[in-house]
Amino acid sequence: MRRETPQRLTDYAPIAFPAIMLTVFFVIPFGTMISVSFFQRQQGGFYTPAFVFSNYERFLSLFFANVLGFSLMLAVLVAICCVVLGVPFTYLLTRLTRRAQIIWMVVLLSVLSLSEVIIGFAWSTLFSRTAGITNLLVVLGLMEKAVALSPGFPAVLTAMVYQALPYTILVLYPALIRLDPTLTEAARTLGASPLRAFFTVVVPALRTTIMATLIMVFIFALGSYLLPQILGRPQHWTLSVLITDQAIYQSNMPFAAAMAVFLVLVTLAMVALTLFAGRKREAAT
Amino acid sequence: MSGLTLNSVRKDFGSFTAVNDVQLAVPQGTFVCMLGPSGCGKTTLLRMIAGLDLPTSGEILLDGEDITAVPTHKRNLGMVFQSLALFPHLSVGENIAYPLRIRGAPREEQRRRVDELLAMIHLPGYADRPVAKLSGGQRQRVAIARALTRSPKLFLLDEPLSALDAKLREAMQVELRQLQQQLGITTIVVTHDQREAMTMADTVVVMNQGQIRQAASPMEIYRRPADTFVADFIGSTNLIDMYTDSAGRAVALDQAIPGLSAPGGGKAVISVRPEDVHLTAPGSDGTITGTVTFVRDLGGTIETFIDCAGQQIIAVSTPRSRPEVTVGQPVGVLLDPGVCVVLDR
Amino acid sequence: MSHFLRRIYFALVGLFLAAPLIVVAGVSINAKQTLAFPPQGFSLAWYVEIFADTGWRNALFASLMLALLSAALAVAIALPLAWFLWRRIAPWANIFQLLGIAPFTLPPVITALGLLTFWAATGFYGHPWTAVVSHAIFFVTLPLVTLSLGFSAIERSLVEAAATMGADDRTIFRTVVLPLITPYLVSGYAFAFVLSLNEYIVAYMTVGFTMETLPIKIFNALRYGYTPTMASVTVLFVILAAVIYSLIARYGDLLKLLGANPEEKP
Repeated sequence: MRRETPQRLTDYAPIAFPAIMLTVFFVIPFGTMISVSFFQRQQGGFYTPAFVFSNYERFLSLFFANVLGFSLMLAVLVAICCVVLGVPFTYLLTRLTRRAQIIWMVVLLSVLSLSEVIIGFAWSTLFSRTAGITNLLVVLGLMEKAVALSPGFPAVLTAMVYQALPYTILVLYPALIRLDPTLTEAARTLGASPLRAFFTVVVPALRTTIMATLIMVFIFALGSYLLPQILGRPQHWTLSVLITDQAIYQSNMPFAAAMAVFLVLVTLAMVALTLFAGRKREAAT
Repeated sequence: MSGLTLNSVRKDFGSFTAVNDVQLAVPQGTFVCMLGPSGCGKTTLLRMIAGLDLPTSGEILLDGEDITAVPTHKRNLGMVFQSLALFPHLSVGENIAYPLRIRGAPREEQRRRVDELLAMIHLPGYADRPVAKLSGGQRQRVAIARALTRSPKLFLLDEPLSALDAKLREAMQVELRQLQQQLGITTIVVTHDQREAMTMADTVVVMNQGQIRQAASPMEIYRRPADTFVADFIGSTNLIDMYTDSAGRAVALDQAIPGLSAPGGGKAVISVRPEDVHLTAPGSDGTITGTVTFVRDLGGTIETFIDCAGQQIIAVSTPRSRPEVTVGQPVGVLLDPGVCVVLDR
Repeated sequence: MSHFLRRIYFALVGLFLAAPLIVVAGVSINAKQTLAFPPQGFSLAWYVEIFADTGWRNALFASLMLALLSAALAVAIALPLAWFLWRRIAPWANIFQLLGIAPFTLPPVITALGLLTFWAATGFYGHPWTAVVSHAIFFVTLPLVTLSLGFSAIERSLVEAAATMGADDRTIFRTVVLPLITPYLVSGYAFAFVLSLNEYIVAYMTVGFTMETLPIKIFNALRYGYTPTMASVTVLFVILAAVIYSLIARYGDLLKLLGANPEEKP
């Protein structure tokens, strides 16, 4: 079979359905969202078509600056924690037998599939006073009496790392499994300890991958819309939480849409940065 | 004309010309081997015959009918791929029956044909085996059987034996040739292995850089190569520079060689097979004197490397037909004009 | 020594991943309707409750229907697209691949909000089928990725061989391509199914006020306090996901789907 350019009209037929579906239900909704971001909000949760910038003007407030700053800081922190934990883990994982790898992957995928609602609920239980981890410490005699560990920043961070860690490992896995094992073996024969070989050979060889993973996890964490709400205080709310809150509870669709457009721009800037960094590195080598 | 005809077939990939103006007639029932270094265009030519690639220009005729634009599935041919391309999701029998099944042939007919073909390739009773459980040679046979299921007019094989080890490959070469003679099917094999080509082919087509350099019987190709590329590519040869001196004599290795003449009385190249180079005592009549530089004794044959006027000549002889020589010794080299082929430089 | 350290590291990560689930499993078997761990007493009543209570049962049913249908629609969108990209030379068509991958890569709130404004603008807001379409678009990435992987794994010579034996395009698709792509199709469906079952924000923004899926139900219950059924449903979901992924691993090549090269490890 030749892979060929479509010749007749019927050759285009297979792509018609996917193209229509993706255009109508993804591109157009995206467009609606952008137009709504310029609409005028009415009292009672309605909005009327208009072309105003008032929704975007609200970004110019200290409150919004704080939310944005916190969202970015939290996402960066989650990304760093996940990569620091994930790189050695994934590296060791790829050295296990196939069977062990499969078992770990099933576990990781199962955790990754959990909805934020469930993760939030599970961690709020673990951090609660009545059923939390502190009860275990009381039983072991390490603590006087059980305390609640949430809401609070550590609780938000822990749960978000929990949510993003399996994602991190799955993003790292293809690059690490393809890493030539003789690289570290060569380092070992030259006298490097396993730990030293890891830091002097594996990590440098994966610089681009690690950079790309950091940014992907950053975007992933930026999307977390419930955990800061369930496990944090109002000052721990992120942009995603705020968008959900404005859209559903405050019924301010135009403002929610404006923030969503802003979030897309931040995300796209990150993707562009990843591509740019990758290309630059490629050009350098 | 019955058989396959290629008329000025050309294939360009962008600015690269893979096949350049190829002209070839393959009579019905002939076994043709296309031989050449990798990248010479032989596989592209085969793929165009199969309809898997379209020629940029030219035409392909099968039994006088123009099939240039006929899609692959409407050409009646069988093809064995380099990777064999056995369907991993089908058993041996299902693979062989595939061409019949997609035509909706009755189950009974499919089974009969599969049994027939399995017997032909010496694998009776293998119908239900999964393809993955076969050895390399068995997979090879199944791929051949599958290509022959619908008794095609044209049997095409792309480097069919390259995955097999040397011993098995030689056995399969003989088997494939016998099978082809038994069926009388027009067969085209692409290979880079000259032994394979010499073993099987009625006609060897030597290609280089997208062009056919020579198409002839194996013996003709070996004995009378058309140019230095063919002479050098098929077997090993000594290529010796020759020129015509002011007296009109052909001179090679600083010595006039009676009986030879360069075409047009200019410069040329002589091709002499190493087994045609005879060694004698130095100074004998009509010989060129050289110095032995290396001797490779392979038991059955001995290769002697001789330096003659700065050019290396290799002679292959049997232990008995050759004078005792050692490295550094002078030796007489006899070039018999009868076995020398004069080629354009 | 390093071997020992490695085990410790794996154990710690394993514990981190399992800890919240262990606690949830613990509270799900509490005898009384209190949030307590270690569990006080043992009872499977809260598992029975999922099926006995109309609210939870309806939510479970709604979630299953949504996941089954939206995963099917996602595959129906992804299969022709992936096939087209593999079969034809059409660089412009890559834009649709990009569109198929975007919803899953962007923060989910964006897709959710886009669909919310869209359904509201078109007047279909709140209809259950809009959730099916929304989830199909949101998760089309998964079958698209597995199928693209599957198509790229098909040796082109297999397709060419079928053509030399007289098979036309349609026959080749039916007899060669489809059987070879099936494992990837099934895994793509399974990934989309599991994730749709767990998805909250898109479902909430599109049909949150008219229909309760299980994640929506859990979230609503969470806002009004605690009920142990939340815990039992969570355990049920984790087990379901683990079972489905184990089945993919059992009947397909999970590691290859996740990016490993099959030849590298025996």
